[in-house]
Amino acid sequence: MAISVDSNEESRKLSAIQGYTFPFLSDAKTEVIRRYGVLHAHAGENGRDIARPAEFLVDAMGTIRWVNLTDDLRVRARPENVLRVIDELMLASAR
Amino acid sequence: MKRNWNAWVWAGFGLTLVAAFSYISLFIWFPVTRDIPWVTLLLFIAAGWLLAVGLKLAYGQPERYRGKVSGVILGVLSLAIIGLFCYGTFVLTKNMPASADAPRPGQHAPEFTLTDTGGKPVVLSELLKTHKGALLIFYRGYW
Repeated sequence: MAISVDSNEESRKLSAIQGYTFPFLSDAKTEVIRRYGVLHAHAGENGRDIARPAEFLVDAMGTIRWVNLTDDLRVRARPENVLRVIDELMLASAR
Repeated sequence: MKRNWNAWVWAGFGLTLVAAFSYISLFIWFPVTRDIPWVTLLLFIAAGWLLAVGLKLAYGQPERYRGKVSGVILGVLSLAIIGLFCYGTFVLTKNMPASADAPRPGQHAPEFTLTDTGGKPVVLSELLKTHKGALLIFYRGYW
């Protein structure tokens, strides 16, 4: 699920253009962003608070299994790497 | 003797612009050329070579080639563009908060309720009852 300060309207447009099928959640007040410690204060347009890029993998018990706090805006987790992490964790919990 | 226009320094400058612009408009879409902008850096090196050749001709054979002043100006401008590009791509994008408070593996994922694009509320704990897990992707927004 993708979480940002974008409004639902903006995310709808983005999903439509890019053809995303996963849920986009709107956190305009940065409440959840702060709860997850990924606030990037004043880094958005007009000094708005936004999220820094980060991924959290949560298992069915609600435990965080993997965290990726990218330290560079340009260099992101590649989908194939994330899928591999998910596969490994799923196999681990199946044992 | 008629002095030739120094195409080399102009080509070098032009290539610098093309390199910077093509990264922003094309190469950032592909991780292989975005993460380390090697194509762009190669283009910068080629541009530098063109400028060097042009300056060598302008100063080495001034009776045949123009470009002593324009060559220096274009050379400085190109260096400025390359410098800005490198600063932007290697320094500015690392401008991130430390996020020391972010939950770590092994900790419980903080609960939340947020609305999706359909206006429906999504509750993390409810979602985890019917799914094998969840991948939360926080991003900057503003696309």
